[in-house]
Amino acid sequence: MIELFQRAIFEENLALSFFLGMCTYLAVSKRLDTALGVGVALILVQSISVPLNHLLHAHLLSAGALTWLGLPDVDLGFMRLLTFIGIVAGLVQVIEMLLDRYMPGLYRSLGIYLPLLAINCAIIGGSLFMVERQYDLAESAVYGVGTGIGWALAIVTLAAIRERLRYADIPKGLEGLGMAFIVTGLISMAFSAFVGVRVI
Amino acid sequence: MLKSLQVITDPLLDKNPVSVHILGICSALAVTTSVATALTLSLALIVVLTVAAGLISLIRHHIPTSIRLIVQITIIASLVIVADQLLQAFAYEMSQRLSVFVSLIATNCIVLGRTEAFALHNRPMPSMLDALGNGAGYALVLLVVASIRELFGAGTLLGYGVLPLVADGGWYQPMRLMLLAPSAFIILGLLVWAVRSLRPVQQETREFVPYEPERQVQP
Repeated sequence: MIELFQRAIFEENLALSFFLGMCTYLAVSKRLDTALGVGVALILVQSISVPLNHLLHAHLLSAGALTWLGLPDVDLGFMRLLTFIGIVAGLVQVIEMLLDRYMPGLYRSLGIYLPLLAINCAIIGGSLFMVERQYDLAESAVYGVGTGIGWALAIVTLAAIRERLRYADIPKGLEGLGMAFIVTGLISMAFSAFVGVRVI
Repeated sequence: MLKSLQVITDPLLDKNPVSVHILGICSALAVTTSVATALTLSLALIVVLTVAAGLISLIRHHIPTSIRLIVQITIIASLVIVADQLLQAFAYEMSQRLSVFVSLIATNCIVLGRTEAFALHNRPMPSMLDALGNGAGYALVLLVVASIRELFGAGTLLGYGVLPLVADGGWYQPMRLMLLAPSAFIILGLLVWAVRSLRPVQQETREFVPYEPERQVQP
């Protein structure tokens, strides 16, 4: 479990080794506080959506899952993508409404970032990886939290570096996007140093 | 005719969706370790994008504005599912290598971006041409990155040996780093730099301008 958690954060970081959620990653990493907001919002959504999608997949979509309805031969696996997209979009909406109702303070600081995550590759990708690697419920919960933290860590690191880079003298054509890519490459290289490191 | 040709050629360099608009890099880079996977994913994306743009453009007068996003996402995701099933049926090995990335075409910002920005306001024919052009622009970036990575990482192109490897008695020592994730970011960064040096219009304005005090004029 701990190994899975650690792998989800460092070795198999969604942003840095699978290139997921790149659009959001590059677009909102110009300032540290916005990056922190998106990161926290993503951890929240990811740690709910992966276990939720696991439940749906195990009890409704996978081959033979509908036996309890008397339909043992039905395989709805091809509906996976459409279901996950719908679930994530709906989930984001519900989280937004709940936050607005019960935690207005948090809503005011996170609210504007939540809609960005409704169709984010990192979230859909996390759920798809969960199915492909056949995690059980506990593993998918750990995987969800881990990938969320990993992605947040990556975007906060990039934002912190980009804030400093604003004062640097960079060649004209490399400024902005080009430099962001190269810095991301270097961060990714640093993260790959964690391959094989185990806490226990 | 010339104008419709321009709709296709513009997104290749001048309005490239990846390097100019920062769209659709999600999932784009993970498949660039070899040219074959990049080519397959690009073809899948072009087909999905063109068909989606055509379909959405056909029904654009019947989609209520309030639910247009959900309608578009449903159409795109359905097309992606069809593409995924076709790949699994006819090119199983390739679909295993692409793993989840075919499905992730559905969340690719280029697709939703083009249908939302162009197909919703234009007739089917121009929309499909625009989709084709943007798909080709995306494919171009993917193929350039993939060729560099495969050539220097494994000494091959499309699986054929180009540079003779040391292991086979040749002279080329493959750079394993090229096959790892960081190289994709750095190559794309350098590519963006090259494009922006050729087309200075695309350069970003500086957010921060160093403060230069006005020089005191000595009387």
